[in-house]
Amino acid sequence: MKFRHFALGAAAAVLAGATTLPVQAQDTIYVPLLTYRTGPFANSGIPIADGMHDYLRMLNERDGGIGGAKIVIEECETGYDTKKGIECYESTKGKNPVVYNPYSTGITLQMIPKASADKIPVLSMAYGLSASANGNTFPWIFNPPATYWDGASAFVRHVAEQSGGFDKLKGKKLGLIHLDAPFGKEPIALLEALSKKYGFELKLYPVAASDMQNQGSVWLNIRRDRPDWIYNQGWGAMNPTAVKEAAKNNFPMDRLVGVWWAGGDDDARGGGDAAKGYKSLNFHAAGTNFPVIQDIQKHVVDKGLSKAPKDKVGENLYNRGVYNSMLIAEAVRNAQKITGKKAITAEDMRKGLESLNITDARLKEIGMDGFAAPLKLTCEDHNGHNKIYVAQWDGTKWVKGSEWMEPLTADVMPLLNAAAEDYAKANNWPARTEACQKGS
Amino acid sequence: MHVLYMVLIDPFVQMVSAPDLFIQTIWEGLVAGVLYALIALGFVLIFKASGVFNFAQGMMVVFAGLTLIAFQDMGLPAIVALAASIGVMYLLAFSIERVVLRPLVNQPDIILFMATFGITYLLIGFGEMIFGGEPKEVNTKAFWLPQGSIEFPVLGGFVQMQKIDIAAAIIAGLMIAALAFFFQKTRIGRALRAVADSHKAALSVGISLNQIWVIVWFAAGIVALVAGIMWGARSNVSFALQVVALKALPVLILGGFTSIPGAIIGGLIIGVGEKLGEFYWGPLMGGGIESWLAYFIALGFLLFRPQGLFGDKIIERI
Repeated sequence: MKFRHFALGAAAAVLAGATTLPVQAQDTIYVPLLTYRTGPFANSGIPIADGMHDYLRMLNERDGGIGGAKIVIEECETGYDTKKGIECYESTKGKNPVVYNPYSTGITLQMIPKASADKIPVLSMAYGLSASANGNTFPWIFNPPATYWDGASAFVRHVAEQSGGFDKLKGKKLGLIHLDAPFGKEPIALLEALSKKYGFELKLYPVAASDMQNQGSVWLNIRRDRPDWIYNQGWGAMNPTAVKEAAKNNFPMDRLVGVWWAGGDDDARGGGDAAKGYKSLNFHAAGTNFPVIQDIQKHVVDKGLSKAPKDKVGENLYNRGVYNSMLIAEAVRNAQKITGKKAITAEDMRKGLESLNITDARLKEIGMDGFAAPLKLTCEDHNGHNKIYVAQWDGTKWVKGSEWMEPLTADVMPLLNAAAEDYAKANNWPARTEACQKGS
Repeated sequence: MHVLYMVLIDPFVQMVSAPDLFIQTIWEGLVAGVLYALIALGFVLIFKASGVFNFAQGMMVVFAGLTLIAFQDMGLPAIVALAASIGVMYLLAFSIERVVLRPLVNQPDIILFMATFGITYLLIGFGEMIFGGEPKEVNTKAFWLPQGSIEFPVLGGFVQMQKIDIAAAIIAGLMIAALAFFFQKTRIGRALRAVADSHKAALSVGISLNQIWVIVWFAAGIVALVAGIMWGARSNVSFALQVVALKALPVLILGGFTSIPGAIIGGLIIGVGEKLGEFYWGPLMGGGIESWLAYFIALGFLLFRPQGLFGDKIIERI
C-alpha cells in the first residue's frame, strides 16, 4: 500500500515537473553573479554580493520576477581571482546569460574581448576599463554610472572646491595610494593629465596585494612627502589598514578621500574613533530609509532568504549591490519593452542597456527616491558620467559630506575617447556593426 | 650620473638630513621584523621536529586569531577565550597528527609538504565557513594591550612609537625566551631536539614520534595565536593576513630553517631591510618594492651562506 502511494506520488511529481518545465524555460531570465565571499578581498565582496542577490530575490518574491519572467540567480565564486572569474564565465555562458557582472577590473579586462565575441553584455558598474564607456568602440560593455576617471576627476574637483578654486590647485601635492593591480592603477593616467593641466604635483603610493595589511613604509613615504590630499584607490583589506595608518600618522582624516570602493562601513569602522571624517566618493545613498531597502527587508531578509546579517542591510556596500542589481532589472525591463518578449536574450539586453533611461520619476516608482541620481545611457555613451558626491564617516555611519557634483567631463572625455581609440588599434578591435537602438 | 647619485648618494643624504625619519623607518622595520620572526618561529618549530615545511603556518595565524575573536564575540572573558583558543589549537594539532601526518609516516618530505597545502586550503574553507570573510577586530583592551602612541623629539623632528608595537616586541621577546627555555631545559624540549637530529635514533630510545609531532604542532599553534593577536591588533585579522605571513619565507632562507635565533635575526634583517629599501630606494623604482625586496635580500644571502645565517651546514659524504 505504502509503495503504491509512493509510486503514485512519484509519478505525479514527474508529470508535474514535465508540465511545468517548458513554462519555466520560456519565462526565466538567467543572471549569473560573479561574486567573492572568500579570499583577501571578501570583506568588500560580501556586502556587495548580498545586496545584488537580495534585490533580484526581492523582485522574484514580491513581483514574481521582472515583467512576468522569473530571475534565475546563480552566484559563481571568483575569490577576486581573474583566472577563477574567467572559469566562471566559461562555465556559465552556455546557460544563456543576459548579462555578466565581473566584479573585478582584472576579470573585466579579460572578459571584454571574450564577451564581445560571444555577444553577451558586460555590466562593470563603476569599475573596469574607463575607456569602455565609449559605446561606439565597445558595444557590449557598459560601466555606468561613472568611470574611475570620473571618480578621480571628482576628487580633484572636491579638492579645488575645498581649497577655494581650481587656480588654488597649483603647487599643491596630491597623493594617490592605490592597490598595485589593474583596478588600483586605473586612475593614474587621468590624474597625471590633470596634474599637468592644473599644476598640482602627483605622488603615487602603490600597495602590493601581499602588503595590504603591512603599509608601514608606504605611510612613512606619505609622512615624508606631506601631500595635501590623498586619494585612496583601495580595495579589500587594504582600506581599513589605510584608514588606521592615516590615523596613526596623524594625517588629516577629512583630506583622505577614497574611491567609491573604499567606502565600506567596515573600511571606516576599522579606524575606530580616529576614522571620523574619512571621506569616500559615492553615487548612491547608504541606510535603510528607502522603500526599496524596506521591501528587501520584508520580502527577503525577514523570511531568511538573505545571507546578509540583518544589521548589515543598508550599509554602503550592500546598497551598492542593490544599485547594481537595479541597473540589471531596469535594463531587463527596458529590453522587454523594446522587444515585447518576457524571456529576453543577451542581444535584447544589450539594447535594453543601451537605451536605459532611469528618470527621477522612475527612481521614485521603484522605491529609490533620493537614493541615486537619474541615469541615461546612449549608443555612444555607455556610462552616463553621472553626478557623484562625497560621503563622510561620522564615526558610526556614512553621511552626505558634499552636494552632488559633476565629474570634470570636459577633461575626461577627450582622454577617454583617445584611450578607446588606442585600445582598438592595439587590439585590432573590430568596428561596431551593431545597430543603434532606435530612440536612444 | 644623476641615476648613480640618486641610488648611491641621495638616500644617505636623506638619512642624515632627516634623522627622525631614518629612526622611524628603522623602528617600523624592527616591529615588522618581530612579527615576521614570530611567524617564522612557527615554521622553524615544525621543520626542526619533522623536517616538514609547514605551508599552513600563515593560515594557522589567521585561524588562531579568528578563533580567539569568535570566542570573545560569544561573550567569553578574555582569559577564557584565550584558553579556549589554545584548546582549539591543541585539537587542531592532534587532528593534523592523526589524520594527516601519521598516515604519511615514511613518505618523502615533498608529500608531507604537499599535505600542508591541503591543510592550508582546508583551514581557509573551514575558517570562511565558520567565521565569514570579513576582517575582524581584536579587542585589544580586553587583553590589557596598550593603545595610543608615544612621541619624542629627534633633532628637529619626531619619532612616533605605537604602544601596541612596543608590547608586540616585548611579548615576542618573552615568547622566544620561553621557547628557548622549553627546548633547552625541559625533557620534552630535549626529546624534540632528539627527534630533530634523528627520527630513528629518537625512536630507538623510546621517544614517541607521534606525541612529539602533536606537541610541536601545538607549540606552533600557540606561536600562531600570539602572532595573530599582535598583527591583528595592528591592523585586523583577515584572510589577507596569510599572504603577509609568507614574508616568513625569506626570513627562513636568511636565518636558516632550523634555528630559532636565526628566525629572530632573520626577521629583523628582513623587516628593517625592506622598510629602508622601500623608503629610500622605492620611490626611484615607482614604489611598492618591499613585496619582492625581502626575497632579493634573502637570495643575496643565499649566494654566500646557502644554509642561512644560523642553519646547519649539511655535509653529505658520497
